[in-house]
Amino acid sequence: MSGQLMGWDDTIVALATPPGIGAIGVIRVSGKKTFDVMNELFPSKDLHQQATHTIHVGFLKEGEQVLDEVVLSLFRNPKSYTGEDVIEISCHGSPFIQQQVMAAITSRGVRLAKPGEFTQRAFLNGKLDLAQAEAVADLIASNTAASQKAAMHTMRGGFSNDLQALREQLISFSAMIELELDFSQEDVEFADRTALNNLIHTLSMATHRLLHSFRLGNVIKNGVQVAIIGKPNAGKSTLLNALLNENRAIVSDIAGTTRDTVEEVLNIDGILFRLIDTAGIREHTQDLVESIGIEKSLEKMRAADIVLYLFDINEITPEQLQQISGDLTREDINHLLVANKCDLQSEALQQQFSALFSNIIFIAARDNRGIDLVKQELVARTIGGQVNTESTIVTNARHYDALLKLAGALDDVQLGLDQKVPGDLLALDIRQALHYLGTITGQITNEDQLDFIFSKFCIGK
Amino acid sequence: MFPEYDVIVVGAGHAGCEAAAAAANLGSKVLLVTMNMQTIAQMSCNPAMGGIAKGQIVREIDALGGYSGIVSDLSTIQFRMLNRSKGPAMWSPRAQNDRMLFAAKWREMLEQTPNVDFYQDMVKSLIIKNNQACGVVTGLGHEIKSKSVVVTSGTFLNGIIHIGEKQFGGGRVAEKAATGITEQLVELGFESDRLKTGTPPRVDGRSLDYSKMEEQKGDDEIVGFSYTDTPRIKAAEQRSCFVTYTSQEVHDILKTGFDRSPMFQGRIEGRGPRYCPSIEDKINRFADRERHQLFVEPEGWNTVEIYVNGFSTSLPEDVQYEALRKVPGFEQVRIFRPGYAIEYDFFPPTQLKYSLETKLIANLFFAGQINGTTGYEEAACQGLMAGINAHQKSRSLEPFVLQRSEAYIGVLIDDLINKGTDEPYRMFTSRAEFRTLLRQDNADLRLTELSYRLGLASQERMDKVIEKRNAVESIKKELAQFSVECAEANPYLESIGSATMLEKQKAGKIILRPNVDLPSLMQAVPRLAETLSHFSAESIEQAEIQVKYERYIEKEQEVAERMSQLENLVIPDSFDYDKVSALSNEALQKFKRIKPHTLGQASRISGVNPSDVQILMVYMGR
Repeated sequence: MSGQLMGWDDTIVALATPPGIGAIGVIRVSGKKTFDVMNELFPSKDLHQQATHTIHVGFLKEGEQVLDEVVLSLFRNPKSYTGEDVIEISCHGSPFIQQQVMAAITSRGVRLAKPGEFTQRAFLNGKLDLAQAEAVADLIASNTAASQKAAMHTMRGGFSNDLQALREQLISFSAMIELELDFSQEDVEFADRTALNNLIHTLSMATHRLLHSFRLGNVIKNGVQVAIIGKPNAGKSTLLNALLNENRAIVSDIAGTTRDTVEEVLNIDGILFRLIDTAGIREHTQDLVESIGIEKSLEKMRAADIVLYLFDINEITPEQLQQISGDLTREDINHLLVANKCDLQSEALQQQFSALFSNIIFIAARDNRGIDLVKQELVARTIGGQVNTESTIVTNARHYDALLKLAGALDDVQLGLDQKVPGDLLALDIRQALHYLGTITGQITNEDQLDFIFSKFCIGK
Repeated sequence: MFPEYDVIVVGAGHAGCEAAAAAANLGSKVLLVTMNMQTIAQMSCNPAMGGIAKGQIVREIDALGGYSGIVSDLSTIQFRMLNRSKGPAMWSPRAQNDRMLFAAKWREMLEQTPNVDFYQDMVKSLIIKNNQACGVVTGLGHEIKSKSVVVTSGTFLNGIIHIGEKQFGGGRVAEKAATGITEQLVELGFESDRLKTGTPPRVDGRSLDYSKMEEQKGDDEIVGFSYTDTPRIKAAEQRSCFVTYTSQEVHDILKTGFDRSPMFQGRIEGRGPRYCPSIEDKINRFADRERHQLFVEPEGWNTVEIYVNGFSTSLPEDVQYEALRKVPGFEQVRIFRPGYAIEYDFFPPTQLKYSLETKLIANLFFAGQINGTTGYEEAACQGLMAGINAHQKSRSLEPFVLQRSEAYIGVLIDDLINKGTDEPYRMFTSRAEFRTLLRQDNADLRLTELSYRLGLASQERMDKVIEKRNAVESIKKELAQFSVECAEANPYLESIGSATMLEKQKAGKIILRPNVDLPSLMQAVPRLAETLSHFSAESIEQAEIQVKYERYIEKEQEVAERMSQLENLVIPDSFDYDKVSALSNEALQKFKRIKPHTLGQASRISGVNPSDVQILMVYMGR
């Protein structure tokens, strides 16, 4: 079998739907062990006895613990997408559930698939020719209406509603410009420049608001990278356990997107926090970072969205802490100072530190004291207290890029308006704006503009 | 009785006349068949040529060697360059014409064109063998053979005229409809459909009181349409148009006829143009508007007939009359003939190739309203292209196709054959993605050489283009080199509120400023005027536009080049779309029906997504 020759005889698993929170998520397992592994997790039926191309409803269980109620779709080789034995699990669309299911599967010797690996296998097993395989890859990355829709469904809030509003405003703006060009001889009222200025301002604001939401959107989709840094005896391992212990039920060891580092994943209020380089904390007695200023440790810290600088309150002077905090600030590292081993004896010290530092939290990791404060602060730092969950959040990098270009084009339009360039030249920049928005919402054609004009204005001698 | 022709043109309207002229000038032996020799090149609707986007098309027709521009210039009674206050892409020539002179000049020019024969009869069917058109059969039963046939039937195919509750067959008022061709083509597998258009009443100018209307005069300078030295009338000779308005009272009277309106009572099936609604449609759809503008347009030098632009209607004559009498200046109006609506057959243009040849029947070409368009200019340019391509086909030569980035004509045909249309299609500048490139001032620079190489545009035209091109380059060089001293330009700059210069500057730099124009700068700086004195005003204007709008022109050129990459990826005729399983169903059906020639064309078919094009690209090996 070609798979064996190529070293492809292992079993792989991956999320087949876009990551994030949706109605359902589909996890696809492919390879020789597929039916063995899934049979262990799906006690209600013997999957080995079931025919190909059948679906089955039931509970996935890890031992006695129910993971989720799911629908399994069975495909036996060679009549499957990859040509191997395939089971597709439709589970509920929470990232947490999906991770639990994936963890249960990977703990049974199934490997996480590399990007495009299913399609690669399909190609290698003669299910697709190269052109088809390429087309699939293109489709995944393309601007198709279908993938647009799929991507849109994965977004939180009313992204598509906001875009729809943006689209309509832009169409009406461009239509008003076109109106005075193509229908300048008509007896209709043309928008004055103040109205156009206001509209372009509104458009610009809306675009920027969506752009700003991207960082948060990204965080929601991919998780917040958190690093715990500190001297060897500061108690990093204890803090890590304290953070994770309380969430034992919702913690799992899985290989993340960067598969060479092991991460611990923590879910606080629906936001995923990835505690990076925890392997280092767990396995090595001596620490990664002995002191601030070493290039390597800086690198680690820069990779993190939030750095927890942990120290023993009894072993540091305010001056030393000021030095460290200053270094971190200079390096533009978003950090929290976490004072560990706080107890009654250190109360005076705590007051002294409180007065000096605004971003300090006092905990006693061993006694689980102050851990909630750390979590609250992590959440607060992530959403910045500015974004409520009702507002629209952009999570897709391609959308972000298109919005960025849209904002640029809108700036050009604004500039043109300021310089009073003729409408036909203004329209050139507006067309760019329409194009970029069109890459998200579907192209905006002159028919859209004409429809607007004919519905709003009495045209025709 | 008849020899075998290279090209037979059926119909002698704007499309038919251009088709006959183009094919004959290329060397084809042409027969122009019309139902009535007295109505060649009629302006069936308003007595005007050009306008926004349409004026650019007439310029393009002229640059390619068509006759519409020359005929328009020879019959102009008023000329205006519309949109002068906007950028150069929007400047649009428009003329009021003497309706009778226009037709007469067309006939005169055709009669003077070698290789054009005329015959008066109705064509009732086409001779078709092995899916190839090879002649026509006339109402009198003559079979006339040809290598190709161009059908330009206008509103005549099964035309039905509506006035109030009356309805009768006709291609124009007082002219018979044509029958037979639709039925034959549908039998052969063509899809046909109905469209509707309308026209306003014509009135007696002697019965109008112009003192109650606003006068609208022509321009002081008559630019005209043709790039040739066709004589223009003197500005002082021009006739004026007049503007007046309907009122609530007029609307109320019109409403009394709604129960007898063929449109509102559902007797008209065909779809009309949204941008050219009847007056009843306007007051119905825009009920909150208290008045609508009416243009009172003279029909010619030597006639009192007046065209009431803006009052297109199919309401009963008595209602038209009563309502018109309430319009200021129309109190004593006498109607020559009432307005009416007309329905006619068209063939959805997605059944055509880029050459305007039908996909189903070889050597058969369609042009004008039969393709779902409206407007003399739209019809004429299709006629020109169909005439050229009918000639090319009869000689087994390559079809002549214009790109969207080359001409409005390219935009029009590309839209028609890929998107189709469900209302009469009119050109708008917004339809052109390269509006800044497709200007009325450079149609000759864009197109004449293409036509010259084909053998259509004359040596004389080509020489003029070469001369203009060289002059423009020289002027641009001069502008880049010529230093203007502060003292020379500052008084002028100050007078227009532009910042004064602190050190000397190149003339080419100064004209980049908004509000500054080259003729004014030349006036302010006599040395500059002297330097450019031996260049024509036309070349100076062309150079100024190219310098002033360079940034915008370059931007569009870049996009055009990017787009042309897709245009160069040819899809083989034998391509089997069914093999491409990943295509969306809609795209698959459209691709199979339209059979795009290039990926660029495929990308513009309505209902096709970018992903469908990407998939095709993958299949074709990029």
